[in-house]
Amino acid sequence: MQIEKILLVGNPNVGKSTIFSRLTGVKVIISNYPGTTVEFSQGQMKLGDKSVMIIDVPGTYTLKPTCEAEKVTVQMLKEGDVVINVVDATNLERNLYLTLELLERKIPVIVALNIWDDTKHRGISIDIKKLEEQLGVPVVHTCGLSSEGIKALIDRIPEAKVGKMSVSSDGDRWNKIGKIIEKTQKLSHRHHTLLERLEDLSIKPFTGLPIAIGIIYCAFLVIRFIGEGLIGYIFEPLFENLWLPLMMSLSNYLGEQTFLHHIFIGNLIAGNIDFIQSFGLLTTGLFVPIGMVLPYIVSFYLVLGILEDFGYLPRLAVLLDNFMHHLGLHGYAIIPFILGLGCNVPGALAIRILEERREKFIAATLMAIAIPCMAQIAMIVGLVGQRGGKYVAIIFFTLFVILIVKGLILNKVLKGMSPEILLEIPPYRIPQTQAVMKKLFMRLSGFLKEALPLVFLGVLFLNTLYSLKIIDFFADIFAPILTGLWGLPKEATSTLIVGFLRKDVAVGMLGPLNLSTKQLVIGSTILAVYFPCIATYMVLIRELGIKDMLKATFIMIIVALLTGTVLNLIL
Amino acid sequence: MITDLAQMQPGETGTVKAIQGGYGLIRKLQNLGVRPGKKITKVSSHFWRGPQTVEIDNMQVAVGFGIAKKIIVEIDECK
Repeated sequence: MQIEKILLVGNPNVGKSTIFSRLTGVKVIISNYPGTTVEFSQGQMKLGDKSVMIIDVPGTYTLKPTCEAEKVTVQMLKEGDVVINVVDATNLERNLYLTLELLERKIPVIVALNIWDDTKHRGISIDIKKLEEQLGVPVVHTCGLSSEGIKALIDRIPEAKVGKMSVSSDGDRWNKIGKIIEKTQKLSHRHHTLLERLEDLSIKPFTGLPIAIGIIYCAFLVIRFIGEGLIGYIFEPLFENLWLPLMMSLSNYLGEQTFLHHIFIGNLIAGNIDFIQSFGLLTTGLFVPIGMVLPYIVSFYLVLGILEDFGYLPRLAVLLDNFMHHLGLHGYAIIPFILGLGCNVPGALAIRILEERREKFIAATLMAIAIPCMAQIAMIVGLVGQRGGKYVAIIFFTLFVILIVKGLILNKVLKGMSPEILLEIPPYRIPQTQAVMKKLFMRLSGFLKEALPLVFLGVLFLNTLYSLKIIDFFADIFAPILTGLWGLPKEATSTLIVGFLRKDVAVGMLGPLNLSTKQLVIGSTILAVYFPCIATYMVLIRELGIKDMLKATFIMIIVALLTGTVLNLIL
Repeated sequence: MITDLAQMQPGETGTVKAIQGGYGLIRKLQNLGVRPGKKITKVSSHFWRGPQTVEIDNMQVAVGFGIAKKIIVEIDECK
């Protein structure tokens, strides 16, 4: 048999991505909740002396797809030569349904009995030999997190066989599964562990809500503590003591009025470089992403990673389900919102875990408008925070009000109902330091690779627009809106233009404009709501389609116009 | 006693008797292990017709209130 493409197929949250990462060395985001992988990823692996392609497909419960992510899986199945069916050993019965469906097809299958290490303390014993006999294909026990059994799995891939199950109905399949389970699995009684008690406490309303408030509050404190600590003790000293003298000598060397000085250093403020106001590539262009944004990206993704791996997010989804119904969504829609707080792009991708067009549309527009990304939050905290924490609070309170009002309106206006939640809640697992760190570094390098070039481009673009006087042209066109409705100087037009590229740079550009505190608050809020950055916009076009995205854009413009005007009137 | 999942009290255990829904709903519930004949324990019930969480085969599932009303359960009498 010629093996070229191997597919990893299994139910959601059984550890396909962990095994994928172990097999290929390719790093992928792994979390403890269903639906982490919405797009397939591929990598290479050595099998004997040949290199074969491994594809990690989004989780599915069945080969008769019930949602978008599952459709992808079924499509992919046609292209594979071998399927590694990843099965959650602690949940054998339910997982076997997909296994039987796979065994009814004409594709060789090997079963990886994953999360094997958890079976012991859950009082589950599975007879692998007998299971192999029953299924008629190789079964290997694995533990993706510790890489136990991975080698055995690789060794036995060539033994994968086409199943001999006859195509049967739902009921027949469950009957077969019942018989297989009877012969292969024994459950023994055991006491509840501490983690399981915590699981129960955090899902019951009387204890769960206080726990949720506590966790969110702690997460917020830790993010702030680490972010501020990194800035105060590492990044600011680095920039002030090491980078500044270097840049000053470069500035002297280039000469203040030259073109290169303008591009790299920017404008001198009272004869000195000001990292926030100078706006050169090597000054503000470097300070914004690294000195101001990166520290908060580090702290946010560290805390998020721990919560994800612990398995807390689905519980939060259940607790917030009621509230989210008023916005036309169900609780699980908080996943794109929470991911969107880090960066709106993964948030936009996560909208795929929602099933219906209506809820996708609502979730996408709410996220794009009312959920600022961490880069933007860091800049708002850094810039507006100088004028007092109260003003930062006003901005976030405004965004929260927009989220709710807009959700309530969309829920009323759009035809249809909010769908009901139906969600598997994973067990709590103690996050492993190594796994959390790996995920953090992936997200950080993603930020540096994707954001840094765009920040540079933004700063360069801005300087070019200024030199060519194009900004003045647009400023005059938009002046009535900016000055008339929002009370901002017409020069702020440039921030709206750069905001398409990067929100952090755009907020940073409010710095040199000498705005009053009120103007700064209005400007920052408008930059958050008027439009998502171009990267998010492109993903949303793909996920929602052009037509829905045009509607969403229209809503964004209306919201921005209203928000700016209202704030200008009441502040 | 025969009732539905929404009316079951937290802590009660029973057996799923039927799912009064369309083919799509039946399938989705099956995927999560909820199907006739299974032992089911209610874990919690959220306010204002909020989601109901249940335990089936060692695993927790959250079910919206409307769906919970369609899941018919016979409660164990042993208590």
